[in-house]
Amino acid sequence: MSDTLLFGVLPYLAVGIFLIVTIQRYRQRTFTYSSLSSQFLENKKHFWGSVPFHYGILFVLFLHLAGLVIPDMILAWNAVPLRLFVTEATGLAMALIALVGLVNIVLRRMQVSKARTVTTPSDWIVYALLGVQIVTGIGVAIFHGWGSSWFATSLTPWFWSLVRLEPELSYVSALPFLVKLHVVNAWLLIGFFPFTRLVHVLVVPNQYLWRRTQVVIWNHDRHTTRSVD
Amino acid sequence: MDVRSQTALVFHLDKCIGCHTCSVACKNIWTDRKGTEYMWWNNVETKPGTGYPTKWEDQEHYKGGWALHNGKLRLKSTGRGRIIPSIFHNPSMPSMDDYYEPWTYKYDELFNAPEGDDQPTARPISMVTGEHIDIKAGPNWDDDLGGSKVYAENDPNLEELTPEVRRQMFEIERMAFFYLPRICNHCINPSCVASCPSGAMYKRGEDGVVLINQERCRAWRSCVSACPYKKTYYNWSTGKSEKCILCFPRLEAGEAPACFHSCVGRIRYLGTVLYDADKIVECASKPDLELVDAERELILDPHDESVIAAAKIAGISDDVIESAQRSPVYRFVKEWKLALPLHVEFRTFPMLFYVPPLMPVISNKDAGPVRNDTEDIFSDIEKARVPIKYLANLFAAGNEGKVRSALKKQYAVRLWRRHVTVGDITEETAKRALTDAECSVDEAEAIYKLTALASMDERVVVPPSQREMAIEALEDPLEHKQSMGFGFRSAPVRGQ
Repeated sequence: MSDTLLFGVLPYLAVGIFLIVTIQRYRQRTFTYSSLSSQFLENKKHFWGSVPFHYGILFVLFLHLAGLVIPDMILAWNAVPLRLFVTEATGLAMALIALVGLVNIVLRRMQVSKARTVTTPSDWIVYALLGVQIVTGIGVAIFHGWGSSWFATSLTPWFWSLVRLEPELSYVSALPFLVKLHVVNAWLLIGFFPFTRLVHVLVVPNQYLWRRTQVVIWNHDRHTTRSVD
Repeated sequence: MDVRSQTALVFHLDKCIGCHTCSVACKNIWTDRKGTEYMWWNNVETKPGTGYPTKWEDQEHYKGGWALHNGKLRLKSTGRGRIIPSIFHNPSMPSMDDYYEPWTYKYDELFNAPEGDDQPTARPISMVTGEHIDIKAGPNWDDDLGGSKVYAENDPNLEELTPEVRRQMFEIERMAFFYLPRICNHCINPSCVASCPSGAMYKRGEDGVVLINQERCRAWRSCVSACPYKKTYYNWSTGKSEKCILCFPRLEAGEAPACFHSCVGRIRYLGTVLYDADKIVECASKPDLELVDAERELILDPHDESVIAAAKIAGISDDVIESAQRSPVYRFVKEWKLALPLHVEFRTFPMLFYVPPLMPVISNKDAGPVRNDTEDIFSDIEKARVPIKYLANLFAAGNEGKVRSALKKQYAVRLWRRHVTVGDITEETAKRALTDAECSVDEAEAIYKLTALASMDERVVVPPSQREMAIEALEDPLEHKQSMGFGFRSAPVRGQ
């Protein structure tokens, strides 16, 4: 029963909230889409928090996405033991780097009074969810190793069964508790995402890489000469 | 030729008395909100001095503006590719400590203190955290050379001066200073706009005012690092960057910006200039010593028939062209070559120009009584109290010739007017000075009039922005009728 709720209902709920709220928020309250950086208030500790956290979490996130989207290629890659070992070790190392970053971020937010003034309750909830996510992830990597391979035969098919709107809980029902916790917390993070400053992930400035250098905006078509007679 | 119009500015430093009225007018209108307390969109610095934020001119440290990289212009901070590794932590971003931590006082304690033997005091509290703070420095800590050992002597512009000259500048009897009021330069080649990853920053096509779209700013903070003048500021409360908007709501109503309107010394001039946008990159890529001429070359003669024709093709209306022909900025910058750009070596082509201060030695005390030499009444510009090299580092990327000719002309105009009004200088001397400065009598009279006598209408020639025509930007003029109106739909609150 609880499996049905956690692995059959929660994902849809989380994604539903995610889509509705992010879109509504973008359309009606675009102003709130900001990374709300606090680097200006404290510049040195910021480096040791923000940089390792972002690099670590992004790397691990892309590994997860690869496991979902191209499981066959990951399995083929892992067929050679050395390569499997490299994948697992890199993933774990990057997760540890992300954890170090997060710890530094939280410490900075607690210790630096200027940073504390701009920290909201929703920030603390985000830090807690991210903390649980990273710690359980590291736990899974240590206690239930070779996840980059068993992932492809359990969580990936379950994920695609969710996408097909035919959730097959049999794929996940037998998974260890730590893995289940990691997965459930991930859906909580997704559901809570649109209410927090995490939305800055959705507005990463990719167009900067190819837009023209200077931006000039005219209020009218500049090639229609207009003059008050 | 791609003609564009630009609202450009001139500050006449010989007239600035350093009263900070401009700063206060600006602060009261724009930056008294939470998160903006530390911002001074308009500030007045004492020169020599380290300015606000401290040592902002040192681009080895702050990495603002453009640099030539194998002959190509490149942002010194984070352009294109370099934004990817830098977005999580901007490596050259100043922090609040480089400006100052704004504070107020617990005035309540003056009234509510219990009766006692001591006078109650109002302790300073931080406007960021609300906690008590020890005030270390403020935005104008070095006003009038206060603390010159710490501040003025560390002015980055002094670097190329000989130790002897530097020592002389800070001898107590010879000390001299002038004021440098600064606002956003609304540059032709703005590095802040070029650095904005979100594309939230833009130059308004009609008048070149540089703005930040508050709805699109995502607090990547690149602009704060990229602006070499440190005139974009990060609002730590709303998580958006803000900057001088040249009081565009006032401009659109035909009024002078608040800092212009309130200027006690009447040092501020505003007017349209036309420039050739096709030449920006070429001109900005020239060697340092040619940059003053390169910027003048960009600015076009609004009386030239071919320029007028090209301007019309580019959609500049007759009213704006006519306004450009009356522009006091065009006369100061291009016709008279009196006004010079601040730190043109940053290659942003600032559209705020400064008439360098003359600062003559008027009298000498040689053991005996004060000597007042009539023939040499304003002394020689080479003997002026601030070395020309120093002024050249500020206003001409080190090109002393540009500063010298601007000062010579001012000097000649003074001699000429002294001849006309007081008469203790012969016509021959005055005219010799004018010829020497390549200035005709008519030009001298025109300079005198615009410098000393000009009314508000002559000093500030606001181009017609024709906002009434901008309605065509909306697909349907009635689209928002009876609905929500324009602008923010809720108050700008951090994260909400």
